[in-house]
Amino acid sequence: MTTRAPVEAAPGTSVAPRRHVLDLDDFSASEIHVLLDSAEAMREVLGRSIKKVPSLRGKVVVTLFLEPSTRTRVSFEQAGKMLSADVINVGETGSSAEKGESLLNTALTLQAMRADLIVLRHPHSGAPYFLARHLTSTAVVNAGDGMHAHPTQALLDLMTMRRHLGSLEGAKVVIVGDVLHSRVARSNAFGLAASGASVVLCGPPTMMPLDLLRPGGTPSLPNVTLEPDLDAAIEDADVVMTLRLQAERQAAGMLPSLREYTRRWQVNEARMSRAKPGALLMHPGPMNEGVEIASSLAHGGSSQIEEQVTNGVALRMALLYQLLTGTEERP
Amino acid sequence: MSAPLLIRNARLIDPSDGSDAVGDLLIKDGVIARRGSANGSVPDGTRVVDGTGMVVAPGFIDLHAHLREPGGEDKETIATGTAAGARGGFTTLCCMPNTTPTIDSATVVEFIARQAADAGSIRVLPFGAVSRGRSGVELTDMEELARAGAVGFTDDGNPVATGHLMQMALLYAGQLGLPVMDHCEDHSITRAHSTGSGQGLGVNEGWVASRLGLAGYPSAAEESIVARDIALLELAGGALHIAHLSTAGGIAHVRRAKERGLRVTAEATPHHLTMTEAWVLGAHGRGSPDEALGAASYETRAKVSPPLRAETDRQALVEALADGTVDAVATDHAPHTFADKAVPFDEATVGLSVLETALGSLMGLVHGGALDLPTLVQRLTAGPASVLGERYADLATLRKGTPADVVLFDPDESWVVDAASFASKGKNTPLDGETLVGRVKLTVAGGEIAFDGLAS
Repeated sequence: MTTRAPVEAAPGTSVAPRRHVLDLDDFSASEIHVLLDSAEAMREVLGRSIKKVPSLRGKVVVTLFLEPSTRTRVSFEQAGKMLSADVINVGETGSSAEKGESLLNTALTLQAMRADLIVLRHPHSGAPYFLARHLTSTAVVNAGDGMHAHPTQALLDLMTMRRHLGSLEGAKVVIVGDVLHSRVARSNAFGLAASGASVVLCGPPTMMPLDLLRPGGTPSLPNVTLEPDLDAAIEDADVVMTLRLQAERQAAGMLPSLREYTRRWQVNEARMSRAKPGALLMHPGPMNEGVEIASSLAHGGSSQIEEQVTNGVALRMALLYQLLTGTEERP
Repeated sequence: MSAPLLIRNARLIDPSDGSDAVGDLLIKDGVIARRGSANGSVPDGTRVVDGTGMVVAPGFIDLHAHLREPGGEDKETIATGTAAGARGGFTTLCCMPNTTPTIDSATVVEFIARQAADAGSIRVLPFGAVSRGRSGVELTDMEELARAGAVGFTDDGNPVATGHLMQMALLYAGQLGLPVMDHCEDHSITRAHSTGSGQGLGVNEGWVASRLGLAGYPSAAEESIVARDIALLELAGGALHIAHLSTAGGIAHVRRAKERGLRVTAEATPHHLTMTEAWVLGAHGRGSPDEALGAASYETRAKVSPPLRAETDRQALVEALADGTVDAVATDHAPHTFADKAVPFDEATVGLSVLETALGSLMGLVHGGALDLPTLVQRLTAGPASVLGERYADLATLRKGTPADVVLFDPDESWVVDAASFASKGKNTPLDGETLVGRVKLTVAGGEIAFDGLAS
């Protein structure tokens, strides 16, 4: 297993422990590295027959999911439970959100009940930042906010890539699909830039942020290049990550047809063969098989899709552990 | 009736005759009784104010304020809104018709007049709606509204919904001699990316929006409706007023139309003249793509429609204000409650509370050398009066015998914005805690003291 990298702090300075995880734009390479090392240790716990350690006994984690989710919510819940935290799930229905209670009042209520950490999934960008601004003692983890960020997804993606490539330095990662609406693409761009990988974005021009298409403007993402032609983009790639296409984009006039999308931007065997031998194929899920990804590939040898899910639990264990104990030490 | 008031040794700026000289101003019996000379008798009981180092000008006229009454009294009332206006040096506020009920009948116009009279502060002149219920279908009874006191027509908050309706409005209001004001926003562009929140977009299309994962409001959504309206003005005649112009492209359309002699006027807000899209990042307008976001990002108090734009747009707007392409500064004062803004960005209402910070913000342009003071005063007084028409010219002068609507301000006083202490119910300004230079000291409306800040 990889060894822990030294923390890049200037002599005589101390880095305040992180309280919230909102996106990866404020993570250094070494912070990511240390976290992924810790996640590897957690994967070892996941492999045991008794998958439970007492590290977070007496801590309360609330998952507040105001948008549908299966894998991310269950992944956080399982991660908390395996570390012996008490995990309480609050959803959109059956909660006071249904009665029109504001997000602020819901969060203040949970804080008053002494929740240690809220994992928030929200349909609107910036909602976790809003909670971080108003909560004084409860930590916030962003589990996906609108079109903005999904930092734990990006961290589990980085973990998956690192496990197979060793180092991400100089790796070529192609992200294909609806980048404009993708919180996964945005968070990955920051994490990959910090890790020294190069990112190529590929997809319909109607689904790219306009600021990235405009020459000479200020781009919103670091160290990314655009290549609309998937065959060219995928050349010599180490990793190909394809994004979920929401069916309603076509109704919204952003796509001529699913058929045309599939013809131009579906990742299939022929296209994967242009990547480096042994290149990884990733997808954040849930998949539309036969649209953004060919069915045969989704379940083929290069697919990391189930591996991503397993790593997701380990990564979230490491993250909860770090945030709730203030240390990266392994249990 | 207030005691006579004599302001001594102040810089008197009167855009109605272009004069700018140090002198005295005597206000008595509701009118300007004497101006300029230090000679002449001082009536018994006159309050004498030393205006040394200060500026006297006609009271400011705001073409665009949301006073929320009737229907939105938790956000603002005519009493609190006019008190806020007086503190900002305004003696006339034009209120917008996006109330509940809409200002689309004489009854509502008369209600507003009564509330303003009861508040007893400064003058309130309502705009009526262009369309009944601001629904973009049928014209309102414009002649009846005008007779009741409406000074123009707008569906503000919404654009005039269709080109056809705009053409009809310009024809009909034009015959009444009143302007049609338009909030220029192509909804087919700005509503394409629905956030599902029911609130409008409030961040410029560009790197800031993209960085925050928010749907951006492109300049083209404003420019296309400005161009439409100017084409219809040429077709139908009448008078067109562009509300809260915010883009370099929109400015170019207005400038060309004016060069061709069309009757188009435009206003710009203090915030579009002094702030940029970076304010949405938090950190009071600082921030770059290389910096991480923080808990202060997604600043809902900087969410406004049209959105704060790029620095190039802001500079173009300041130039347009200086060269007269923009005729007036208007505040688009849009008070909201704490709960309206204490939500994720997409769910927040649009608008800033502006009346009490307008002068301080704008003086930053003067102190920074981008604008001279007499021009700024003109754009706050005679400029907006000219949009309202000849019969309001007396609101923007210091000429002897005219109604005493007067402001006294200290152009150099430094102060810290404390939104909690606003007279407005709307505390929603990202300028809270900022230091501004330039402060209103005394506002006189119709000879009565509407705000007195000399003691503090």
